[in-house]
Amino acid sequence: MLDIFSIPLPALFGQLLLGLINGAFYAMLSLGLAVIFGMLNVINFTHGAMYMLGAFAAWLMLTNLSIPFWASLVLAPLIVGLFGIVIERLLLKRIYHLDHLYGFLLTFGLALVIEGLFQWRWGSSGAPYPAPIPGGYNLGFMFMPAYRGFVVVAALVICLATWYGIERTRLGAYLRAATENPTLVRAFGINVPRLITLTYGLGVALAALAGVLAAPIQQVSALMGSNLVLVVFAVVVIGGMGSIMGSIVTGFGLGLIEGLTKVVYPPASNTVIFVVMAIVLMVKPAGLFGQSK
Amino acid sequence: MTNQRFLLAAGLIVLALIGPFFVYPVFLMTALCFALFACAFNLLLGYAGLMSFGHAMFFGMGGYLFGYVVKTVGLPPEVGLLAGVGTAALLGLATGVLAIRRQGIYFAMITLAFAQMVYFICVQAPFTGGEDGLQGIPRRPLLGGLIQITDDRTLYYVVLAIFLFGFAAINRFINSPFGQVLKAIRDNEQRALSLGYEADRYKLLAFVLSASLAGLAGATKAMVLQFATLTDVSAGMSGEVVLMALVGGLGTILGPVLGAFIIVAMQNYLASFGEFVLVIQGAIFVVIVMAFRKGLVGEIGDWWRGRRKAS
Repeated sequence: MLDIFSIPLPALFGQLLLGLINGAFYAMLSLGLAVIFGMLNVINFTHGAMYMLGAFAAWLMLTNLSIPFWASLVLAPLIVGLFGIVIERLLLKRIYHLDHLYGFLLTFGLALVIEGLFQWRWGSSGAPYPAPIPGGYNLGFMFMPAYRGFVVVAALVICLATWYGIERTRLGAYLRAATENPTLVRAFGINVPRLITLTYGLGVALAALAGVLAAPIQQVSALMGSNLVLVVFAVVVIGGMGSIMGSIVTGFGLGLIEGLTKVVYPPASNTVIFVVMAIVLMVKPAGLFGQSK
Repeated sequence: MTNQRFLLAAGLIVLALIGPFFVYPVFLMTALCFALFACAFNLLLGYAGLMSFGHAMFFGMGGYLFGYVVKTVGLPPEVGLLAGVGTAALLGLATGVLAIRRQGIYFAMITLAFAQMVYFICVQAPFTGGEDGLQGIPRRPLLGGLIQITDDRTLYYVVLAIFLFGFAAINRFINSPFGQVLKAIRDNEQRALSLGYEADRYKLLAFVLSASLAGLAGATKAMVLQFATLTDVSAGMSGEVVLMALVGGLGTILGPVLGAFIIVAMQNYLASFGEFVLVIQGAIFVVIVMAFRKGLVGEIGDWWRGRRKAS
C-alpha cells in the first residue's frame, strides 16, 4: 500500500479533490465579490444568498419543469443575474454615495430576507439534486467521480474566461477604467451607471453559476450559502481585492490547504482558513495580491 | 436643556426601578443585557468609527466562561463574571491587534471571519458542550451569601446595577480626553496622526474595552437565563447587535438601549413566527439603511431640535 506519513494515498487525493472543488467555489465567489467591490464600492453580503438562489433555481426548474441540468447552467445564472439587476436598480443605486458600511448592512439585511424566506418556505433540511454525469474513473491512485472532475475543470474555465473578459477585452477595459475614475470615463460618453448595473448582474450571476455547479455535490438548502460567504470574506481578505488572477489563485489555493488539513489534522479543517488570514494580516496586511492603501 | 436631560434621566431611573413590578423581570433582564451589549458595540462604531461584525465572539465567550466557571468548576458568580470579562478582553486584544491593521470595510470582514473561527472552535471544544451548550447553570448566591439571586426580582436589581456600571463606564470613557482623541481619529485619522497621537493604540484600547463590556453582557445573560449556547457566538448574533444599535441610532447614548429593548421585545412577541423573525429583521435593516440612517433617537433628536428652532 502506497502511503505518505501513514496517510493512505487514495484518502489524500480524495480530500485534495474535495479541497479543489471547494477552492473552485471560493474562487468563483471571491472573484464576483472583488469585481463588484471595485465598481460599486459595496461588499456584497448577499453573495451567499445568490449562490443559494442559483442552486434553488436549478432544483426548482428540474423538479417542477423538468428542465435538465445543462439548461439550468445557463438559465439559473440569467434569472439570478436579472434579480440582482433589479436589486441594484431599486436599492443599491441609492447608497453609493454613503460609507461602505451601509452597503454592507443593506446587503446583510437583504441576505437575511432572502434566506429567511427560503427557509420559511422549504425548511432547513436540504433537497438532493441528481448528478448530471453519473459514474467515474479509476485513476489508479484514486476514484474520480466524473461530475466532480467536470466541476473543477468548468470552474477553472469560468474563472479564466472572467479574467480574460476583464483584462483583455474592450468592455473589460471600460470596466477597469470606470473603477479607476468613473467621472472621466463618463466624460468620454460611456454610460457608467449602466456599466455598474451590468457588473453587479454579472458578479451575482457568477455566484449563481457556482450555486448550480454545487447543487449536485451539496444538498440544496436555504442556508447553504450563509456559512460559505463568511469563509469567502476571509479568502478576500487573504488575497486582497486588487487583482482578478489573485482571487482565482487564492481561492483554489485555500481550498487545497483546507483539503490537506482534513487529512493531516481534521479538527482544524474548519478554522485553517481563518488561521491563514491571521498570519497574512501579520505579515502582509494588504493581502497577498492587494495594494496597500 | 440640562434641566430636560435631568428630567429624562430621572424618569428613566424611576422606570427602571419600578419596572419589574409591572413587566416580566426575565424579559427586562434579557433586554438590559442586550442593551449593554449594544452600548459596547456602539462605543466602537459610534465613537471610534470601527465597525465590528464579530462582536458575538465576545458576548458568547463571556457567557460560556461564566457557565464553565460557575457550573463545571463550581465557583461563585462574581468569579464567573470576572472570568467572562477577562476572556473577552484577551480575545479582544488578540483579534484587535490583527483587525486594526486594516480599515473600513476590511475591518468588518476581518472581525466577522475571526468570530466565525471562534464559532467553529466553540462547536468542537469540550468545555462549551458543543451543540447542546451549557444548560442549567446554577444561580449561586452573590458576595458570599449576602445576596440570594434565585428570586427573579432580586436578580433584576443586580443586573440593573451591572448595566448601569457598564453604561456609566462607557459614558465616562466617551467624555474623557481619551474619548475626544478617539473621535478625532474617527473624523480624520491622518490629522490625528500628524498631531502625534498613536491612532492604533487608541483604537486597540477602545476595541478591548468594547470587547470586555460585551463579555460582561454575555456573562450576565448566562447568569440570568442559566444557559450558554452556540447562538450567542454565531454570526447572526453579531448582526443582531448591529441591528439594535442601528435601530436606536448609531453614535447616540440612549439609542442602543432603546434599540435593544425594541429588538428583544420584537423577538419575544414574534417568537411564534419562527424563521420569519429573520425575514422581519432583515427587512428592518433594509428600511433603516434606505430611509432612517440616524435611527430612532437620532431622528427624534433632529425633529426636536427642528421644532425648537421653529418656535
